[in-house]
Amino acid sequence: MSSPAAAGVGATEPAKSGGGGSPGARAAQIRFEHVTKRYPGREQPAIADLTFEIPAGTFCVLVGPSGGGKTTALKLVNRLIPFDSGDITIDGRSVRDLPVVELRRGIGYVIQQVGLFPHMTVGENIATVPSLVGWDKARTRARTLELLELVGLETGDASRYPAQLSGGQRQRVGLARALAVNPPLLLMDEPFGALDPITRLRLQTELRRLHREVGKTVIFVTHDIDEAITMGDRIAILRQGGVLAQYDTPDAILAHPADEFVAQFIGEDRALRRLALRTLADVKLQPNVAEIEPQTRVPSSTTIRNAVSLMLENDTDALLVVDGDNVRGVFHLNDAGAILDAGAGT
Amino acid sequence: MSGPVIPKFGEGSSCVRGDHTFCPGWVRDHWNDTLGPALVQHIELTAIAVGIGFVLAFVLALVAHRLRVLEQPFGIFSALLYTIPSLALFQLLVPFTGLTVTTVEIALVSYTLVILFPNIVAGLRSAPPDVLEAARGMGLTQRQLLTRVELPMAVPAIIGGLRIAVVSTISIATIAAFLLPQGLGYPIFVALKEPTPFKTEIYSAGALAVGLAITCDLALVALRRVLVPWNRV
Repeated sequence: MSSPAAAGVGATEPAKSGGGGSPGARAAQIRFEHVTKRYPGREQPAIADLTFEIPAGTFCVLVGPSGGGKTTALKLVNRLIPFDSGDITIDGRSVRDLPVVELRRGIGYVIQQVGLFPHMTVGENIATVPSLVGWDKARTRARTLELLELVGLETGDASRYPAQLSGGQRQRVGLARALAVNPPLLLMDEPFGALDPITRLRLQTELRRLHREVGKTVIFVTHDIDEAITMGDRIAILRQGGVLAQYDTPDAILAHPADEFVAQFIGEDRALRRLALRTLADVKLQPNVAEIEPQTRVPSSTTIRNAVSLMLENDTDALLVVDGDNVRGVFHLNDAGAILDAGAGT
Repeated sequence: MSGPVIPKFGEGSSCVRGDHTFCPGWVRDHWNDTLGPALVQHIELTAIAVGIGFVLAFVLALVAHRLRVLEQPFGIFSALLYTIPSLALFQLLVPFTGLTVTTVEIALVSYTLVILFPNIVAGLRSAPPDVLEAARGMGLTQRQLLTRVELPMAVPAIIGGLRIAVVSTISIATIAAFLLPQGLGYPIFVALKEPTPFKTEIYSAGALAVGLAITCDLALVALRRVLVPWNRV
């Protein structure tokens, strides 16, 4: 079970290469091809003829109401649930072509309840897959320390037990454990669903940063459309019966919901949600004219949504966009609507 | 083995002759010929019973863990076994195995089995579903799941079962004296047969049995602390 090539889907880095986890490591391209899954005794399929493609390095969010089959779809990829027909390929290779344990060792897997091994220290938990694929002690040790830093824990935490950690810390360990052998694909099943809102927001932000750093393909399941919009490069919306309702970028889905179901699911405030996807740094500002300089100052990292909110709050129709002492320009309330007209895909 | 010394009221100290509540002198005088050997025999009876019972229970539990249909039959059988009073079980076995250590051990092993089997099965099942899912999702094989996750997580329940099994076996083993001149039950048995039961012998043998049980229990508690550092926090 510990052949050196067992480390990943297809041919993950050979076990003898150095520290591992170099940024810019490979990401995998995933394709669902007419995948169907029925649970015995159920009339409606859990997944119905699901076809879509996730480009390498994409953060793809599966979202939808319960019964939409999003968790099922996720677990089809690492074959925790077998599918009936169709195929799922990773970099062109069917997930059915590999022995199942070998497939799974090459795919990071993170779940809501984390599932840390309570009898193992944080370090031992993180070293699970490295030990399965036969890494030596020194390499595993170096990788563990690297991962602890990557997910925002301290190196001293390696010797603690899961029971000694907070919920947020546990999920960080879960993430580090999933990243241990630097897999090209990460599956995340509502990883932040059990966390308090503040911790969740922090981990969402850090996961986005981490995704930019390590550039892996991520498939992320959530029932929370807000989370889907903030996290995803692409969103796949699944409806009852495992039917793909829409698959596109968050901005395109908000701008052009495919049908009534999607429109309802993303909410009536979708224009505001689109504004939340952009910051003042993304838009063309008006030049500042000294005599009518707006009183309210905001940094360019402010989202347009928050900028509009501030204008409403301060009963003004213009903001001065300032980074430090550097005046970037003026943002007018009227400009907000124009941004939305500019259309999706910007 | 050297035969037990039955106290003669005509001999010994005035304490012994008067059968006072407790005569330390008698304990000193008869440690080497009565109490010491009885204690060693008692430890042997217990160790063999718990040792064999543990191995059997462990194997049966692994089988039942893998083939869940077998758990209920095993469980019902061992529960029925436990309802038989130990003295009756000894007598039931005598026609087959005679007045031998084998008879005693069969009975004692049966009782440890009854205690240990459900504890080990429960221990193997104690890994929560999310832990099992994460383990499978990371690519552990069935065997690795058992050796790396389920067994280590079963240790607290197994030691819990061992504590009950050891303490109850030490207690039940005193009844072996009805069949054999062995164990801490025998001095008690002998003392009770005196015209007036000899208190010092009953108390000292009884105290040794209690002390042995407490010592073993504490040793297992210490073992748990060493083997289960994760559940202590």
